[in-house]
Amino acid sequence: MAFEHETFPRGARRYNVSVLPSLVSTSSPEFQAKARAMEKLIAEFDEKTAKVRLGGGAKAAERMISKGKKLPRERLSLLLDPHSPFLELSSLAAYDVYPGESVPGAGIITGIGRVSGRECIIVVNDATVKGGSYYPLTVKKHLRAQEIAREHGLPCIYVVESGGAALPHQANVFPDREHFGRIFYNMAQMSALGIPQIAIVHGISVAGGAYVPAMADENIIVHEQGHIFLAGPPLVRAATGEEIDEETLGGGQMHSSESGVTDHLARDDEHAITIARGIVADLGSAGGRMVEPPQTPDAPLYLASELHGIVGTDLRQPFDMRDVIARIVDGSRFREFKKEYGSTIVTGFANIHGYPVGIVANNGILFSPSALKATHFIQLCSQRKIPLLFLVNVTGYMVGSKAERGGIAKDGAKMVRAVSCADVPKLTVIIGGSFGAGNYGMAGRAYSPRFLWMWPNAKVSVMGSGQLSQVMQQVSRDPSQHTSLKAEIEAQSSSLYATARLWDDGILKPMDTRDAVGLALALSARERGVTHRTTWDGNGVGFGVYRM
Amino acid sequence: MVLIRVPPRRPHFDKILIANRGEIACRVIRTAKKLGIRTVAVYSEVDADSMHAQLADEAYCIGPAQSSDSYLRIDKIIDICHRSGAQAVHPGYGFLSENAKFAEMLAAEGIVFIGPPASAITSMGSKSESKNIMTTAGVPCVPGYHGTNQDPDFLLSEAQKIGFPVLVKAVHGGGGKGMRTVHSALDFKEALASARREAQKSFGNADVLVEKFVTRPRHVEVQVFADTFGNAVSLWERDCSVQRRNQKIIEEAPAPGLSPELRTDLSEKAVAAAKAVNYVGAGTVEFIFDKDTEKFYFMEMNTRLQVEHPVSEMITGLDLVEWQLEVAAGNPLSLSQSEIPMVGHAFEARIYAENPRNDFLPDSGRLLYLSTPEPTTIFAPALPPALAVTSDSLSLVQTMPPPRVTPSVRLEQGFGVGAQIGVFYDPMIAKLVVHAEDRTAALRVLRKALDDYKVVGVSTNIEFLRTLAGHQAFIAGDVDTGFIPKHREEFFPPITDPGVEVFAQAALFVVLRERTSLTQSPWSSLGARRFNGDALKRTIALQADVDGAIPSTIAVTTLGPNLFDVAVTLSSGVETVYAFVSAHLLSPTELVATLGLRACRTTIVSQTPPAHAAASAVHSTMERLHIFADGERTSLVLPSPTWLRTLGGDGLGAGAGALRAPMPSLVVEVKVGVGDIVEQGDAVIVLESMKTETVLRAPRAGIVKAVGCAKGEMVEEGKELVDIEQSEEA
Repeated sequence: MAFEHETFPRGARRYNVSVLPSLVSTSSPEFQAKARAMEKLIAEFDEKTAKVRLGGGAKAAERMISKGKKLPRERLSLLLDPHSPFLELSSLAAYDVYPGESVPGAGIITGIGRVSGRECIIVVNDATVKGGSYYPLTVKKHLRAQEIAREHGLPCIYVVESGGAALPHQANVFPDREHFGRIFYNMAQMSALGIPQIAIVHGISVAGGAYVPAMADENIIVHEQGHIFLAGPPLVRAATGEEIDEETLGGGQMHSSESGVTDHLARDDEHAITIARGIVADLGSAGGRMVEPPQTPDAPLYLASELHGIVGTDLRQPFDMRDVIARIVDGSRFREFKKEYGSTIVTGFANIHGYPVGIVANNGILFSPSALKATHFIQLCSQRKIPLLFLVNVTGYMVGSKAERGGIAKDGAKMVRAVSCADVPKLTVIIGGSFGAGNYGMAGRAYSPRFLWMWPNAKVSVMGSGQLSQVMQQVSRDPSQHTSLKAEIEAQSSSLYATARLWDDGILKPMDTRDAVGLALALSARERGVTHRTTWDGNGVGFGVYRM
Repeated sequence: MVLIRVPPRRPHFDKILIANRGEIACRVIRTAKKLGIRTVAVYSEVDADSMHAQLADEAYCIGPAQSSDSYLRIDKIIDICHRSGAQAVHPGYGFLSENAKFAEMLAAEGIVFIGPPASAITSMGSKSESKNIMTTAGVPCVPGYHGTNQDPDFLLSEAQKIGFPVLVKAVHGGGGKGMRTVHSALDFKEALASARREAQKSFGNADVLVEKFVTRPRHVEVQVFADTFGNAVSLWERDCSVQRRNQKIIEEAPAPGLSPELRTDLSEKAVAAAKAVNYVGAGTVEFIFDKDTEKFYFMEMNTRLQVEHPVSEMITGLDLVEWQLEVAAGNPLSLSQSEIPMVGHAFEARIYAENPRNDFLPDSGRLLYLSTPEPTTIFAPALPPALAVTSDSLSLVQTMPPPRVTPSVRLEQGFGVGAQIGVFYDPMIAKLVVHAEDRTAALRVLRKALDDYKVVGVSTNIEFLRTLAGHQAFIAGDVDTGFIPKHREEFFPPITDPGVEVFAQAALFVVLRERTSLTQSPWSSLGARRFNGDALKRTIALQADVDGAIPSTIAVTTLGPNLFDVAVTLSSGVETVYAFVSAHLLSPTELVATLGLRACRTTIVSQTPPAHAAASAVHSTMERLHIFADGERTSLVLPSPTWLRTLGGDGLGAGAGALRAPMPSLVVEVKVGVGDIVEQGDAVIVLESMKTETVLRAPRAGIVKAVGCAKGEMVEEGKELVDIEQSEEA
């Protein structure tokens, strides 16, 4: 009896009434066909991702190795605790974005991993890709990682080897609010908020890039390999006529012993990373602390691989989101809220990896009752401080006179307002479509979910391509325009297109969903010394760590 | 018929002191505890945490590490007897066990010496006197001439009387100098002249003696026991022929291949020897047994409880320490000769800290890890007394039917993990004793037990003993004192490179051990989880623990929580891939891995260098992994990263001019001071460890920059002792 109490500490959970049934027939031809289609799509994504992981290719890698350097991903592996997960962000960033240029992963590797027992945001310049220079999407990916760090209070480790802004793209890299300068603004503010900023200089760190180590709270430079200067030797010669080599101008020995720009002088990459791990171990209470889940994690009762055949790749084919939930949540237990009301939306409580979560999931088009039910549920979670998980497969809110007369606009707005202002972390996984205003109500990118992932089959656009055709026929008489626009929107709504432009935090395979969401919930649950503030000036927070 | 015993029994002592350390002190304490006798231990300063001091009811420190200042200090021991109220002293073996003066001084203080009377010790302590007594008592001694007549013709006639081969030996000799074996009369005079010349040169005295030379001798000894009532019995013989450095390493009882008549004869002679000196307590009469003629000759009598006494205990089912206490309390022997059983066969293997491949030189160090076979018994399992057919008969009588013998494993150890071995005292770590129904069965049990015996921290003879116990000639009982030299080649096959599997297992161990305590957070419980088809791949370098070894690289890819791909690239370039290896750690030192289709359980123990040792290319500054797989031990080294080694140059004396202690040792002499100019090869420091001196010499010419030790100091392995700075002009 005592054993049961330990397993199911809460009254309701002692009975299996909340366990979802599985009515999926895995041997049916439809299931099999859907599974095959999904697996094919996943294989395509795996292939693309595997290629991207090779960075700028064998030649560039060879060059780094010959200089005694570790490759960017080797640096990352050495930095991480060996037996800890790495939640990589947007690995397919910049995929097929820049015409005629291949910039795998936007030339930067970002993600969350454990270093010396503490979860950190890690930003690694990939010098094998265009010398690690910053393309517009590189900046966007870097800023997104910093945003996640700030929201979760995660220490940042910058593994630097970059020539700075990609000059031909400077107009889309340099001047705007969310451009290069924002990196240092973020570093300064995070430092002031007590979120440690650490930089390791493995190679060149020039011009604007020089400010990453300079702005860091504590930094490391690799001897006769890392170089920090505002202008390199050629520019110096042009400007002042001074003849000087890189090492004398901005080498590790100089910066560590004379300028004080760097704090630690490392013998090689491995040494530098060892020092960095030591720094993280000595962060004290800055950078927060992991909080254990309140409940013992339990695996779902059903196989995650069945998700492939349940969802498939054809968005027109409906599926019951409860079958998805049953393969993601602990013990497949889901205490559903208002089950009989507004049945096109599914709401309820569950645990993932032991952490409590309120789930909002689509089971069809959003009607007024569905919107009201979701709003009610979001308020419940907000009051109880239970994070929200949106499982998205929505074509939008109901249209037509009946719906309009029923006030769908104001009911939809209620849901959007609830989502916008919910005082709990939100996570979004787009499992099918995310179209129109449904995207807003289901915590699309604009609603700042802590993380947003898309399944490979997922789509995001202003409306589904079918609806779009009908609309186009009504507003335009030129049929050639219809088809080209339809094809264009079709392509632009794909998950690959979206992830390449950082509309999400990466493609998530169905079978990876539970673990990724679990890791994100664990990050949301972290204890942090940082309080949320919406404005900076006049809040009394002050400055971070000045480099003296 | 049974002997009529002398009533009434006298009570045991209430409290005894054990004037010894290590396994024998523990052994005595255990029996005392069994009998309800309180025990007092004495220990030297370095033995404060030792097992014997902890096991005893009371323990007293009697001085510094050097035995002459502690375990050999009679005055201190007597003082502790008075302070603690101990009524008797058990001397164990070694130290004061055969010191007649000690026995006498105890007696003068009214304390009982648990051992023979001082007179017996003295008689048997003198080679010539003991031989005279034995000859008188009818105990055969090695025929020979020990007189002063050195005339060559006379000596030749003596040799002919003795019968060739004979040994010509310098009277003052030692270490083989002035010693010749002569096989025929023709060679005698020449050999004699040469022996005399050598003796004169080496010892300043040319006198020699002539003795019978036994070509294939066996070392056979008889355990005797006598009480204060004049009773003496034999507890049968032991064979201790297999020796190295003139020391026993494996002993057995009974001796293989002896006829019952011969056994009876041996026992009778041994009892006669004991009676001739009015012996009391436990003693051992040692004989040289000529394998070719089956003749035996008295060698000497050891007036103590011997190291190898447990084998006699196992075949007789007796507790010899208990018998010693009975006799010392003044009680008669509890069994007559005809009642003493002899059941089954027993072996004792001595586990030594030593290096068999390096001429069995003793090793010293700290026991970092110790995993022993599971003992099945603490004392010898009791046996029913033999059925006496005729009273006082020495002929062996089997009980009918013979009792079934359950194989047993017994462990006599005095040191646990963390103990220092061999720096100040004997490097014996433990004794492994087995007993089974016959010799073959006992050897099988011994081999299995040795397979399970794992020690890290010092080199041991365990693997050697294992090879020995599996050697065909040994199994056949074809032993003599020349056994080890005769089979040297078979015992020490050339060292081969570690196998691929060993590298794979070691790498998996390195990967798995870094898994920190699992918590429920997915950031811990998910292990090395990666997304989108990514997987963590770690490359681990490992090399054999021999100088100049080239590292092999092992790539371990994490496929799941306990699932890996392992690719081993040996230094030779040969690559082996093990796919889908399931592996996990059962304990911090035990790996279970499925390589191919074989699930193997491997013990892997890490030995980290001393924390203060600066990194360098020297193996002793790197982490070592000791892998025990399939009864074989392999040591691998995790090479320190380059950066760590280059950093070593920053610290004091980590460069080429630094001299470090190669083992835990005592600084005997510091020959230089700061500022001294030394030449390469100059003696700088003299260390002592395991009673052996080591001279550390300047690795290069230069000026002494720092001295990190002082005379008389104990230094840890790896401690920097002297730093020599290269002189400017060099």
